Amino acid sequence: MSAPILDIRNLTVELPKGADRRNAVENVSFAVYPGEIVCVVGESGSGKSVSSHAVMGLLPKGQLKATDGEIMLEGEDVLQATSSRLRALRGTRMSMIFQEPMTALNPVVTCGEQIDEVLQIHTSLGASERKEKVLAVMESVRLPDPAKLFDAYPHQLSGGQRQRIMIAQALVLDPVLLIADEPTTALDVTTQAQILKLIAEMQERRGTGVLFITHDFGVVAEIAHRVVVMQRGRVVETGTAMEVLKNPQHPYTKMLINAVPTLTPPVREERTGELALETVKLCKVYGGGGFFQKKREVRAASDVEIRVRRGETLGIVGESGSGKSTVARCIARLIQPTSGGIVVSNIDIANLPERQLRPHRKHCQIVFQDPYRSLNPRRSVGASIIEGPMNFGMSEAAAIAKSRDLMNLVGLSPDALDRYPHQFSGGQRQRICIARALAMEPEILIADEAVSALDVSVQAQVLDLLDDVRKTFDLAVLFITHDLRVAAQICDRIAVMQNGVVVEHGKTAEIFAAPQHEYTRALFEAAPGRNFQFARVA
Amino acid sequence: MISYILRRLAATVPVLFTVAVMVFLMLRLTPGDPAAIIAGDNATTQQILDIRTKLGLEQPIVQQFFIWLGGLARGDLGESFFFRKTVFELISERIEPTLSLAFLTIVLAVVVAIPLGVLAAYKQGTWIDRIVMGFSVIGFSVPVFVIGYLLVYIFAIKLGWFPVQGYQRIGNGVGPWFRSLVLPAFTLSVIYVALIARMTRTSVLEVLSEDYIRTARAKGQTEMKVLFQHALKNAAVPIVTVVGIGVALLIGGVVVTESVYSIPGLGRLTVDAVLARDFPVIQAIILAFSFVYVMINLLVDLSYTIFDPRIRY
Repeated sequence: MSAPILDIRNLTVELPKGADRRNAVENVSFAVYPGEIVCVVGESGSGKSVSSHAVMGLLPKGQLKATDGEIMLEGEDVLQATSSRLRALRGTRMSMIFQEPMTALNPVVTCGEQIDEVLQIHTSLGASERKEKVLAVMESVRLPDPAKLFDAYPHQLSGGQRQRIMIAQALVLDPVLLIADEPTTALDVTTQAQILKLIAEMQERRGTGVLFITHDFGVVAEIAHRVVVMQRGRVVETGTAMEVLKNPQHPYTKMLINAVPTLTPPVREERTGELALETVKLCKVYGGGGFFQKKREVRAASDVEIRVRRGETLGIVGESGSGKSTVARCIARLIQPTSGGIVVSNIDIANLPERQLRPHRKHCQIVFQDPYRSLNPRRSVGASIIEGPMNFGMSEAAAIAKSRDLMNLVGLSPDALDRYPHQFSGGQRQRICIARALAMEPEILIADEAVSALDVSVQAQVLDLLDDVRKTFDLAVLFITHDLRVAAQICDRIAVMQNGVVVEHGKTAEIFAAPQHEYTRALFEAAPGRNFQFARVA
Repeated sequence: MISYILRRLAATVPVLFTVAVMVFLMLRLTPGDPAAIIAGDNATTQQILDIRTKLGLEQPIVQQFFIWLGGLARGDLGESFFFRKTVFELISERIEPTLSLAFLTIVLAVVVAIPLGVLAAYKQGTWIDRIVMGFSVIGFSVPVFVIGYLLVYIFAIKLGWFPVQGYQRIGNGVGPWFRSLVLPAFTLSVIYVALIARMTRTSVLEVLSEDYIRTARAKGQTEMKVLFQHALKNAAVPIVTVVGIGVALLIGGVVVTESVYSIPGLGRLTVDAVLARDFPVIQAIILAFSFVYVMINLLVDLSYTIFDPRIRY
């Protein structure tokens, strides 16, 4: 084998004093060879991003510092490089793409200029040569109409196009090493499939070595040549993709692989509880404009008809912009539907004015996607949980007693009620959000991407909890998700949405066995690692 | 865009009308009779009454208002009670010093404050940051007239670098004009330097934690360009807003500074007009000031589209 382009030896990066452990990464060693894709896999806090940022010399100053080891890029130790040498290496020998292409691109600079900037920094080409080169690289990442997109601003592009701009920017000077930090996590599955394909293709054509950071074993199965598994700052296992996926050695690796939900739904009995929620031709139209302005309407939901029984979980599956969250928000009456009916306990709440709606609010509760932002950081979690019941007339003492019971139910200690959200982990916060929703004794629970922001191992636990509370309280659950694997595991029935329309709906097992609509089939096609049967390993 | 500007311009009409009504009524309700002031201490009641009739102050208030409004609609601001000139003449004589002072002050404030703010943000938590922010607290708290007299004492009286007071028209040469304005502009700008530097620091700090800053560094961009090309443009909207508010407040602030430095501008004219109960002049100046406020707001809103392409009207 030829010499590695990246060789990390015994890297240790120190955390600031007072952190939960001493080092962010400890004694980490691995290598990337030319033309190879190495996936670094791990959950949040595993140190995978810290390692990659250390390679680029992008560790936040004053907070993280490499204290030991070497990072050899083509034989040159970047930890010893001066800051001007590091700047010269970035963009030319090594470059990086990031998770969220919307925020990783400067919103006030045109896409073309942002790619051009790399050439301005590192080359002495004239303006016309640079433009030619930029257009060529835009073409090569399959951006439609490069000449037009050159002058477009990032917000005018789709998520996938933005990530293509990022990739073009990273590859324009043909670096030997591309670091991709969760580059598809924020993208829709179908877009994710395209971007993964593009990265693999560019890598093959240009012989670039790729260091690919991910938490998703589906993605690993799709793209990796070799795998490095990290846990709490240490490398616990390395090997070829096949070795690690088929025959994992370390218990942590086994746990991660086992936590990937399968695409095969379990057998479920038919739910026959009373009807808890029904929507009739539900429509939501956004926009409309006013005087002087052009009318611009977006039909976020049109003629959506869904039914959920008590004790049943209905999944609404779709990509961003499909209207799944709009439907959820209409049902919770966080927004007013444009037309149609929402029948809850035999009353149409679609057009009730706020005053008459209030008594109904407790029937339907939502758990949101991001537990970091859906809890008020300045209030103790206890205060957040008791607020709802007290608004509906429960005494403070009774509400506190209830919140203690609920904390037990969601698997947290009642003594933690006095603490604040930042003192909990993501999974614990989501449990608190569930407790808060349950405090209202709802009949309908809406989980809006409730497990999407969580690590796989935590995801499985929260899914179990949701299923438990459904059984215990005989809840009608509306489960909004973009993730087919998750939907397969928890939903009795599924409605697939695209552009505001329910294109297919039916029993989970039937849809997974034989999807009828082409969009549903496209979603299955794009699910990462679909061809890979994740072994249940002991 | 064009239709937006037209709508905003049309919206100034009701604003200015409301201001006109308020000013007119308030002046008529405040004690003090312009006729008595013009007539002097020894005038008889009859003399005062004659002057009142001559000035049209004997007519019912509503009628006076519509006469004035009719004049306004024709572009006639009326005639000063006191100076024996038309209001238009008076204002156009006095506007040059005020505009010069305001312009120089804001340019000075922006040129000093923005680099200071960016530097403080970049060096957050270091002694540089603390010095800049400490200076900004002093700038906020020391009154304009204290700074004014202090500067005059040091730079005009002791060192003799600049004139103590007075104003040189720009027509007499840019050098003397500039020299006559240095101290007043500096005095006035202190509080705006403090305000804009603080805003710049906060705004840039927020932007510096954004992902695209990391992207720029990952491209190998120098820190200087990361700060001034990537960060500052993204941080611009709140800064421009504060600069806009600053310009608007400045016009109020010149009243004091023009008095301290004896500059014959609109600020001095306002003081004189108020003391003399010169209603037409006061009305015209306040109306002009409100028009400027509205226009600055419009300009600030329009400037957002330059800094942030996501903002479109």
